[in-house]
Amino acid sequence: MTSLILETGTRAVFHTILVFSVFLLFAGHNAPGGGFIGGLVAGAALVLRFVAYGSQDAARTVRARPETVLGAGVFAAAASAIAPWFAGGQLLESRLWALTLPLLGTIKATSVLVFDVGVYFVVVGLVLAVLVTLGGELDS
Amino acid sequence: MNILVALPIAIPVAAAAAALLVHLRLRLQRILSVGAVAGATAAAALLLVHVERSGTAVVSVGGWEPPVGIVLVADLFSALLLLVAMITVLAVLVFALGQLERAVEERYFHPLYLVLTVGVSASFLTGDLFNLFVAFEVMLIASYVLLTLTGRSEQVRPAMTYVVVSLLSSTLFITGIALVYAATGTVNMADLGQRLADVPGALRAGLAALFLVVFGIKAAIFPLFFWLPDSYPTAPAAVTAVFAGLLTKIGVYAIIRTQTVVFGSSDGGADTLILFLAGATMLVGVLGAIAQDDVKRILSFHIVSQIGYMVFGLGLFSVAGLAATTVFIIHHMPVKTSLFLVGGIVEKVTGTGALTRLGGMVHRIPMTAGLFMVPALSLAGLPPFSGFYGKLGLVQAGIQQQRFLVVAVSLLVSVLTLFSMAKIWTGVFWGDVDQPEVAAAPAKPGRTVPRLMTTATVGLVGVTVVIALAAEPLFQLSRRAAADLIQPGGYIEAVLGAAR
Repeated sequence: MTSLILETGTRAVFHTILVFSVFLLFAGHNAPGGGFIGGLVAGAALVLRFVAYGSQDAARTVRARPETVLGAGVFAAAASAIAPWFAGGQLLESRLWALTLPLLGTIKATSVLVFDVGVYFVVVGLVLAVLVTLGGELDS
Repeated sequence: MNILVALPIAIPVAAAAAALLVHLRLRLQRILSVGAVAGATAAAALLLVHVERSGTAVVSVGGWEPPVGIVLVADLFSALLLLVAMITVLAVLVFALGQLERAVEERYFHPLYLVLTVGVSASFLTGDLFNLFVAFEVMLIASYVLLTLTGRSEQVRPAMTYVVVSLLSSTLFITGIALVYAATGTVNMADLGQRLADVPGALRAGLAALFLVVFGIKAAIFPLFFWLPDSYPTAPAAVTAVFAGLLTKIGVYAIIRTQTVVFGSSDGGADTLILFLAGATMLVGVLGAIAQDDVKRILSFHIVSQIGYMVFGLGLFSVAGLAATTVFIIHHMPVKTSLFLVGGIVEKVTGTGALTRLGGMVHRIPMTAGLFMVPALSLAGLPPFSGFYGKLGLVQAGIQQQRFLVVAVSLLVSVLTLFSMAKIWTGVFWGDVDQPEVAAAPAKPGRTVPRLMTTATVGLVGVTVVIALAAEPLFQLSRRAAADLIQPGGYIEAVLGAAR
């Protein structure tokens, strides 16, 4: 079943939702948001594509396989946990840097962001895995 | 060298992620997971040496000091159990490489197994109640999938029971943590050990009872054991072996940790209650085993029965009792696992585990028969083998404290265990190989045993022999570990002292 309205609507909002999910990811360190929420929003965008175009499309949209996305996410999170020890701190210890850039003003960056990006990927990978495996039957 | 405390958790996490990344290349996954588990085992060994020399090791994760921050703690008790658990995990992994069919192994066995390993080491090393919950969940979620790895309906049905029971117990667990937090304002175990003293006695007893139920479900104590003999035997042999050897024992570890360090020693008749539960668990487990007719099912009921012994030592609430329990758990993990591994070999060769359809295996696989003998006699507690020392310690401690009834029950259960092991022996290994039943058995199988399976089993049986030979130093270590549990001042000081 295809619906022109749904397909066109999805095309209109898909990228906006993804940009919003990245915004949430970066906002996470001291405002509502974070890797988990961002990942869920990105996952919702994928689900929207899945509903509009079918499961093959969701897999095509993200070129990597779900396992790779999941694995990369867990790996980034684990690395961000272990890396501080090599830098002489405690495990999972975080640092905050404040940069003052022209035009953009002061930007704060924390090393927790790597962990959050990992979480983001885990959530997206999980949504993708669900769509590809459980949703695969719906097409036929 | 405090990084050692975190390595048994960090190495498998990183390896699980890497194994997912290379999920299309089985060879690489195998190298990764064996390497990671071996690395975690080595770290656990070094950790034990470190803790033995310089006392309880504490890591404040993220640099946040306790009681606010999260801590990983390794005292002598957890370091000892962690090492034995990691050795068992390693042996089963090697066994699984030989046993599992390629298609099953490709179904994310390695990432899942590594996640299970993370849960196991995190359970032993965590220093606060909430993270104990997290570690349990990590372990359980991996175990749900491992239990149904082949996806056949006869696995999925019992696995449902397991999932529902585990979820119920997790719900009770998180409720208990919330109640503890409401009463004291902390979930750090060392901090709780101090603050719970100010809580009214009835409330403290209620909380202790709630945690006893929660971990009693995980540890399969009477009357909460019903899910275990139903769900364990259906999984692939390697999976059943690691579950049997470890998961319930982690439940026992959690009971001991909470009932000693957190809730303090016995008051208000808790010891009598625990001893009653211990006796009932031993007896019901062994009677259930005698009624069974399948190798894995018999062994599953014996898990329940042996858990009773471990709880027995706790119920005595004395250094001697807890030391004997520690020795008993250390002996039990490799012994139980190797029995299941032998069961797996028999199934691989014949395609069945039913006693009535087996026989004469001593002629076909004599080496496996020998491999069964050692842990079986050890499980029954016969003198030269590892099980004897733990039981001896328990009985001595029981007599010292004049708990004659439970001592008598434990001795009776030993005899019945021996009977049940003899039943497996005569059913599987003795007799003629040419019985018509055996010929009729659906022999889909490889006639020969894959070398990795034998190697892993030999290795693990070797570990049980080493435990028997090293009984005296092991007892001394356990006595020190038990003394730290009975007098948790050192533990509390080590954790909270890190703040200063």
